[in-house]
Amino acid sequence: MSEQLALLPAYLTGHVQLTLVALLLGTVISVPLGIVATRVRWLEQVVLGAAGIIQTIPSLALLAMMVPVLAAIQVQSIGYLPAIIGLTLYSTLPILRNTVIGIAGIDPAYTEAAKGVGMTRGQQLWSIELPLAMPVIVGGLRTSTVWVVGMATLSTPVGAMSLGNYIFSGLQTRNYTAVMVGSVAAALLAQLLDGLVRVLEEGVRFRRRGLVAVAVGVLSVLYLFAGVTLARQFIGDDESERIVIGSKTYTEQYILSEIISGQVTAETGLSATVMQSLGSTVAFDALRSGDLDVYVDYSGTIWATILRREANTENRGQILDEVERALATDYGVHVVGALGFDNTYALAMRSADVAALRLRRISDLVPHASRLVLGGDLEFFGRPEWVSLRARYGLSFDRELTMDPSLMYQAVAQGDVDVITAFSTDGRIAALGLTVLEDDRNVIPPYDAVILVSDRLVRDRPRVVAALEGLVGAIDVDLMRAMNLTVDEDGRTPRSVAEEFLAGRSATDARGR
Amino acid sequence: MIELQALTKRYGERVAVDRLSFRAERGEVVVLLGTSGCGKTTTLKMVNRLIEPSDGLVRIDGVDVRTLPGHELRRHVGYVFQGVGLFPHMTVFENISVTPTLLGWSAERIRRRVDELLDLVELDPAVLRDRWPNELSGGQQQRVGVARALAAEPKVMLLDEPFGALDPLTREQLQQSFARIRTQLGVTAIFVTHDLVEALFLGDRIVVMRDGCLVQVGTPRELMVNPVDEFVERMFGTPKRQAQLLNDLLGSGEHS
Ligand SMILES: Nc1ncnc2c1ncn2[C@@H]1O[C@H](COP(=O)(O)OP(=O)(O)O)[C@@H](O)[C@H]1O
Ligand SMILES: [Mg+2]
Repeated sequence: MSEQLALLPAYLTGHVQLTLVALLLGTVISVPLGIVATRVRWLEQVVLGAAGIIQTIPSLALLAMMVPVLAAIQVQSIGYLPAIIGLTLYSTLPILRNTVIGIAGIDPAYTEAAKGVGMTRGQQLWSIELPLAMPVIVGGLRTSTVWVVGMATLSTPVGAMSLGNYIFSGLQTRNYTAVMVGSVAAALLAQLLDGLVRVLEEGVRFRRRGLVAVAVGVLSVLYLFAGVTLARQFIGDDESERIVIGSKTYTEQYILSEIISGQVTAETGLSATVMQSLGSTVAFDALRSGDLDVYVDYSGTIWATILRREANTENRGQILDEVERALATDYGVHVVGALGFDNTYALAMRSADVAALRLRRISDLVPHASRLVLGGDLEFFGRPEWVSLRARYGLSFDRELTMDPSLMYQAVAQGDVDVITAFSTDGRIAALGLTVLEDDRNVIPPYDAVILVSDRLVRDRPRVVAALEGLVGAIDVDLMRAMNLTVDEDGRTPRSVAEEFLAGRSATDARGR
Repeated sequence: MIELQALTKRYGERVAVDRLSFRAERGEVVVLLGTSGCGKTTTLKMVNRLIEPSDGLVRIDGVDVRTLPGHELRRHVGYVFQGVGLFPHMTVFENISVTPTLLGWSAERIRRRVDELLDLVELDPAVLRDRWPNELSGGQQQRVGVARALAAEPKVMLLDEPFGALDPLTREQLQQSFARIRTQLGVTAIFVTHDLVEALFLGDRIVVMRDGCLVQVGTPRELMVNPVDEFVERMFGTPKRQAQLLNDLLGSGEHS
């Protein structure tokens, strides 16, 4: 718990920044747009229609879509910017819709009276229409506030730190304390902001100076805080000095990113930050665009999902070399080297079933498959490996369920599914009594873990690349499995496991010298 | 002085007000009288250009109202709306001070003026100044409406059935207050009503309208004595017939 609470200042700061900036932008855009829409008939339909469409896009997809869009126009494509744009877009609809409804709903007797006492159009708007529509507009703002605080937890996969870091990493590493801390903090923040907006509106409407002062005071402090911390992030420390390390959304990646971070800091003295829980292709795109400097990916993943090639018996040996060559020439991404283990997709089952059905290889599974249920991780059924597996073995299961990787192992152990697409480095395969079936037709390519770096890093920071070379061949499959298990089952944090690993190495180095 | 010349409003094919001409001299209250839908409100709104006329001309103190920007014009024409039209998010004080504020009066002058007007419309400033409109009775709201129209010392006043929505007793009190105020201030006004008794009581002259057209203009007495047609005769005969009916009722009550 205290370990989790130590992360709170950083995550909460990120969350407050995202939420406050997005809401401010959303309001500044939506209220004037809503006002204009009440004056220009055709615009009302266009604006409300567009905002409505944005709203129907699933929020995670909306945020993730910002990454390639921003990359295409050559601006920072992961981190703060895509998150802010996504959240701002999402916040507009309730405010916009309520501004339009609020103003259109005013009794025409009041607007006519306003005209009758000699007000200009502008005076009518400021003195009569906006005050009368305010309760409705503020209702929209309050809806947006609650939405945005919730949705900001989804900024984590696009690289913006938020309370979502607790939730994403907590779910992956089965650290439910982290999930709870993140969720409770987000709920409290939503309550606080919603309450402040409500108090402010009531204070203004009922002319209660005290209420207004309290709400404005607290909001100013929050905005000041967000502004100062943001300014420090963007100006205070030189962006180019910092090494940004990416991690995808599972235990092994969290551990490896912390190991890299520790290694870089120790060897070069440069500061490093980890962007946690990135979407798989988000990380690769960010490395290409230079928003990310380093992360670990797997040769087979790049082979199948980026180079879009099929694996077969003949080319297995050359995959790593070919990946290295193709990435450098076609993508401007460099392979520093392999860490020393292979984390392949493997079909795993309960050992008891394997024995009962006398299975050893995937080929043996084929006649039984129609009575079995397969559980796959979030991306598996969309990956080329699945297409190849089905085609080359003629596999056809009774049902295929997509599930969160952290829940998959428990699900097969408990008998909720019969077969899972396990990762071979996952310590829970052994711990939960599962057995991996051999890929006898060599359909699944090797997944050597490789350190990938951006072009920029190779050019400008050879020292960092040299430091990373120190990790090549340093982690074998048993070690990786053991480290994963320590986090998944013993509840240790990825960082402490990484620190232990690095400390062990420097001790060995010292002894070696 | 308000002068209407062949004032006309067309909505497509439909003519809501048809070549209406009359004038209200300085210090005179002219009542526009007619059944509902005959074009009274439309006429009144064309005077301060809440509605732009299709044709014709309005002059106030000899000046064509089209020569001023609409909002400037309206700041110098007091308007009391059919229904109430007080702004619900403003206190009594703020409602009355709207137009003086738009005209840039000093805070001190506005404060004095508001209290003076509340006294004039027989409301206690100390009690009512900071109330919200929804904390007032219908009669009090309408008094504030009159005060608001008078606030910026307008040259002329337009009143659209100001007391129409009130109960008969309250209406009578307000009519008496208005009669006193108009003599006290020498108000020049067009007063719209469909109530004959109100027209007879408040109007120096009465303009009878039907279907957007002027039927007859004259003092109450002239219209009683010399109706131009059967419509006017029947309209002005109403009170006599009602008095007769009342008399008969009371008479028969005595005999039984
Ligand atoms: N905006 C409009 N469009 C079309 N017809 C209208 C409009 N406003 C008023 N009218 C018509 O003009 C006529 C006069 O209306 P109005 O001046 O409000 O009557 P009054 O105040 O005497 O009851 C009515 O028949 C009404 O239906
Ligand atoms: Mg009317």
